Amino acid sequence: MPGVSGRMSTVIKAKISRLLDRAEDPGETLDYSYQRQLESLQNVKKGIADVVTAKKRLQMQSQKLEQSVVKLDTQARQALAAGNEELARTALERKNVAQTELQSLDQQVTELEAQQQKLTDSEAKLRQKIDAFRTKKEVIKAQYSAAEAQVRISEAATGVGEQMADVGLAMQRAQDKTEQMRARADAVSELEAAGTFDDLTALGPGQDDIDRQLAQLSSSSEVEDELAKMKAELGQGSGGQSKQLGEGGQQ
Amino acid sequence: MIVRISNEGQYRLDDRHHARLDELDDAVVGAVAALDESGFHARFEELLHFVRSEGEPLDDDDLEPSEFILPPADITFAEAGEEFSGEGLIPEPAPPGTG
Repeated sequence: MPGVSGRMSTVIKAKISRLLDRAEDPGETLDYSYQRQLESLQNVKKGIADVVTAKKRLQMQSQKLEQSVVKLDTQARQALAAGNEELARTALERKNVAQTELQSLDQQVTELEAQQQKLTDSEAKLRQKIDAFRTKKEVIKAQYSAAEAQVRISEAATGVGEQMADVGLAMQRAQDKTEQMRARADAVSELEAAGTFDDLTALGPGQDDIDRQLAQLSSSSEVEDELAKMKAELGQGSGGQSKQLGEGGQQ
Repeated sequence: MIVRISNEGQYRLDDRHHARLDELDDAVVGAVAALDESGFHARFEELLHFVRSEGEPLDDDDLEPSEFILPPADITFAEAGEEFSGEGLIPEPAPPGTG
């Protein structure tokens, strides 16, 4: 069967057979291969825990960004109320950047959650298969000659191996995702740590993508729109940027 | 035959579905080769739907290995492309109508 399933099968089966080669050296007893399976299961659990931890960190980062958005909004209002339109614009630019990052982060956390769910499901299936293997090995030990047992156990181990490869794939994808997100979130934190989103050239190397995005955003008309809206809310005329504040405007 | 959808599960399909599966499969390959992203997602979804609707899910404690292993449903176009240029893959696209 040519095509995607044929080819992918070939690749994944090659991976499985490598995996089985390691587990199935002839000296290994049935019990030992079961032990190895249990060890793998432990590793999977640890891997899942790592993914969950990484996700929580990203969620915390998202909360921090949310706070930044609120803070920058307040600062923009204060600046505008004090008649400093330039400062207000800068704050709004930063808010815009933070908001965009926040949306992207939230969306990615959602995707990660879906992958994590699949990983957990796949792990549950692996546990079931390892359990079935344990039952089967007792039957095989009791009923078959050594030579035949070898054949039957290798069949059963292939089934377990395939599930292990499946968990491995799910794990890989979830880890890739967290890695990707972390790199991006780190870049944003770096911006924050630099105190501001002020100096857009203060980015480290290799962050060209974010750099470009930032540049794009700060020139966007969204900031101007928001500024105009904020002025209207503060009761400032579209042209008048100074002291029309009146009572209650200046806190 | 048994077909696995990665990160989802295994399905037992009657062997008479082999030809149809192959057709759907070729369509996916064609879309990837043509760099047709939306076509790829549509065709791939069709392939998965066929397996899910015609196949009988295997029990979780079944130890039978799969004959064919399909990538996960949420595979990205970029990932699909990588699979095709990755290790052990034959570079020339499958000629249409074979199999």
